[in-house]
Amino acid sequence: MNEHLQTLTEIRSLMERSSKFLSLSGLSGVSAGIVALIGAAVVYMRVRTDWLSVLPYEKLANYGLAQYEQVHLFLVQTAMLVLLAALGLGILFTVRKARKQGQPVWNMASRRLIWAMAVPLLAGGGVCLALLQYRLLFLTLPVTLIFYGLALLNGSKYTVRDVEYLAYCEIALGLLALFITGWSLLFWTVGFGVLHILYGMAMYWKYDRNPTHQPAA
Amino acid sequence: MKELLAHFNKAFESKARLSIMSVLMVNESMSFNGLKELLALTDGNLATHLRALEEAGYVLVQKQFVGRKPNTTYQASEAGRQAFTEHLNALEAFIRTI
Repeated sequence: MNEHLQTLTEIRSLMERSSKFLSLSGLSGVSAGIVALIGAAVVYMRVRTDWLSVLPYEKLANYGLAQYEQVHLFLVQTAMLVLLAALGLGILFTVRKARKQGQPVWNMASRRLIWAMAVPLLAGGGVCLALLQYRLLFLTLPVTLIFYGLALLNGSKYTVRDVEYLAYCEIALGLLALFITGWSLLFWTVGFGVLHILYGMAMYWKYDRNPTHQPAA
Repeated sequence: MKELLAHFNKAFESKARLSIMSVLMVNESMSFNGLKELLALTDGNLATHLRALEEAGYVLVQKQFVGRKPNTTYQASEAGRQAFTEHLNALEAFIRTI
């Protein structure tokens, strides 16, 4: 009897472990959120506008060409740095968690997760490059939120289900930011900063702190 | 009780085979090495169980070459899926009776 119960539990665990990447660390989310907050603060201090009307379309339209180019370059560079730092820290914490669990980081499930996320992300990157080329800076920030949300939604099939809810929030925020154009930096900060930190802490509490709640344990 | 046990499938008697099937149920296909990593079995052991499942018609084998390296992937057949589901149902029913 006990033997059969144990067999069933093991089957469940195997099914989950073989098709999903469960070593995603909550701390990865928190660190990405903190990096995003720092990035947003740097941009805010540099562009220095009213907090609630950060990067308004009207103001950008009044910039001279040289000034626009300067702001543009600065934003792209900051965004790249934020992306690299967030990715680096995110990978670091996830690798650490996988090692602790004794699970391989690079397996079928993680490859599938990365591929599922990479396609929408690269498409979004392409769209953002086009928007930047047409000087539609005010559209770029919301679009990053939307495509990131779609990438998460696609990836949620291959990792903990909770990612799905984060995805819906990012998409909703992005769409909202598309219409309320004056506040795009604020929306971006909430989406990439605050939501990541909240989500990461929730995940940390749910899975990382207490190993008995581990979905595959 | 006898009736319930009648649905237990002999092919899944060993835990390794049950594990292999459960992995193949949720993954469209899986390589030999992928299975080995997940189940922590030795090459010989895994190959024996896979052959048994293949002979039962529960697993489909596909042999390819990646460059010069042979790469074998496994898939659950329709019969395998059905047999596995029935076995699981029997297992569940058995546990419920206790």
